[in-house]
Amino acid sequence: MSVETAGRAEASRLAAASLIRQPLLVALILIVLLLALGEMLSPGFASPQQILRLLIVAALLGIVAAGQNLVILGGREGIDLSVGGIVSLSAIIAGNVMNGSDGGILPAILACVAAGALFGTFNGVGVTLLRIPPLVMTLGMLGVLQGLLVVIRQGVPSGRAAPALSEFVTRPFLLGLPGIIWLWVLIGLLMAFLLRRTVFGYRVYAIGSNEQAALLAGVPVRLIRVSLFTLSGAFAGLAGLCLIGYAGTSFANVGELYMLPSIIAVVLGGTPLSGGKGGYTGTMAGAVLLVILQSILTTINIEESGRQVIFGLTLLVLMLFYGRGRAMRA
Amino acid sequence: MSAVETRSSSRSGLGALVERFPFLPALVILVALLALNGWFQPNSLGFRAITGLISTYLALMMLAVAQTYVVYAGDVDLSVGAILSLVNCVIIVLMERWGGGGVAVLGAIAIGILTGLACGLLNGIVVAVLRLQAIVATFATSIFFTGLALYVLPVAGTPAPTVYWRTYGGRFFEIPFVFYVVVALAIILAIAVRARLTTQMLAVGDDPFKAFQSGLPVTAIRLKGYVLCGVFSALAALCITGDTASGDPLVGGAMTLYSVAAVVLGGTALSGGRGSVVGSVLGALIIGLINSLVFYVGTPSQWQNLVQGLAILLALMLGVLVTRRVRP
Repeated sequence: MSVETAGRAEASRLAAASLIRQPLLVALILIVLLLALGEMLSPGFASPQQILRLLIVAALLGIVAAGQNLVILGGREGIDLSVGGIVSLSAIIAGNVMNGSDGGILPAILACVAAGALFGTFNGVGVTLLRIPPLVMTLGMLGVLQGLLVVIRQGVPSGRAAPALSEFVTRPFLLGLPGIIWLWVLIGLLMAFLLRRTVFGYRVYAIGSNEQAALLAGVPVRLIRVSLFTLSGAFAGLAGLCLIGYAGTSFANVGELYMLPSIIAVVLGGTPLSGGKGGYTGTMAGAVLLVILQSILTTINIEESGRQVIFGLTLLVLMLFYGRGRAMRA
Repeated sequence: MSAVETRSSSRSGLGALVERFPFLPALVILVALLALNGWFQPNSLGFRAITGLISTYLALMMLAVAQTYVVYAGDVDLSVGAILSLVNCVIIVLMERWGGGGVAVLGAIAIGILTGLACGLLNGIVVAVLRLQAIVATFATSIFFTGLALYVLPVAGTPAPTVYWRTYGGRFFEIPFVFYVVVALAIILAIAVRARLTTQMLAVGDDPFKAFQSGLPVTAIRLKGYVLCGVFSALAALCITGDTASGDPLVGGAMTLYSVAAVVLGGTALSGGRGSVVGSVLGALIIGLINSLVFYVGTPSQWQNLVQGLAILLALMLGVLVTRRVRP
């Protein structure tokens, strides 16, 4: 009898533990809780318009995080610190190519994605052929991109978004949702398909969890890893374009706001930085979670210092819910 | 541990030399940069210019040393810049509140170092004890520390007392103060290299599981690494306060990534297990010399950042490649 109840208690404890281990579920629960908290702190926080605005901001972060997610999944300390620089660069390129006319949208998309992919490929080649650690390679690339921004901008903000692009990002398009959210959903579906249903996806997980084994099994490790960095750059380029649609014009180093948050979104979404497991659905939830958190902090009426203190501490607490490293045991 | 194994295996003379002194490639790059600087601007090798270089980059040298102590054990600390900002604000505010006299300065310095120590301890608890992932966890603490810095000093601008920056920029017995600091740093580092903790941190970085199984208290060692990192970040803050002579809650923001770059330039492996603090100091100087060289060769002002970025990327790649060539 007592054994049975103990067993049952153990079973429910295990169930609770496995629940906690579902990062997507944790993120969704936290999102609902945070929305409720926001509504309590300032009525109207969880109104449909507000949620829509939050989702637009989350979509921008989420698109950057898609590339970041791929690079991290590929393992070997995969990380891309250059995404911030690529977002900024792409926003400037987009603004200047479009310069306020709708006819420039298609060339702008091509230019942004191509520029992002180009720098991503540089990263990938440095990481694979020259075997520079990703953190170092992308950090160095970030410095180059920041320098390039100064050259292009020459101190003056330039370029405007095309009206149609702004509309796509901010105005309802289908079922009351703006185009960018549909784009994000589409990217989510494509990522899920890519990672779960294609050879490429399986190979990404393979090199992320055990590169040696993957190599022996005939996986073209280098090619896959370069393409992950290329995709990361391309996603960042796309995000820069969408960002200028949201903001109207590009301003100094706007992309820096996406560098580390994109990594945090991936981690909050349940993909550990060691790679090889996780997926993009969680990252999407992680991006939404991060944006809601930031938004709550801007609505409550406190000093900037208090806001940052709370934000930092909350992130730490949130991370405790996710994969902690293994304890050392003899 | 592989570091020990490779050392015992037979190697070419150069390989063995780099094995013994991981900072040699950095030293070569440094000498080359010094020569280039001298070529383009002979005055840049003069006593005055070198003093200026050191007083500007002493903070980054300290910060690079701070970063090295966590990288030794395979960790990383993205909050060093925020710790630097916080300590900068704390000592500026305390010195002003206590009247700016000699005692006030010394008291503020003591509190500042303790602040750095506390920040390092928090990082250590979060990463080593709670086992969060170092990159994201220290990013979170960096936001926290920046918040505290903004609380202590909401806007940049409060000046440091005259006695503080006069001392930092001044001379004793005809020798600039910063040279004494460099010598003191060299002595401390020379002692630290022989300390047991250094070996232990490198062992943990090489392979934490093997280190644990051979009986090392891995968690405590990583924690100590973060505490050391916090203390050296505080020392970096003392230097930057002497250099800028004012408080700024965001002064260290951009320095974090430079500290990582300096560590890598110095031949320390980010994966942990091998490297040297001397290399990191040289790495910080390399960044400084690249910046001045770009200026001396007459790069138009809007191109300077790009050329600096490219040169640093190139140096990073070169350093990694050379280190690997002689020690695969």
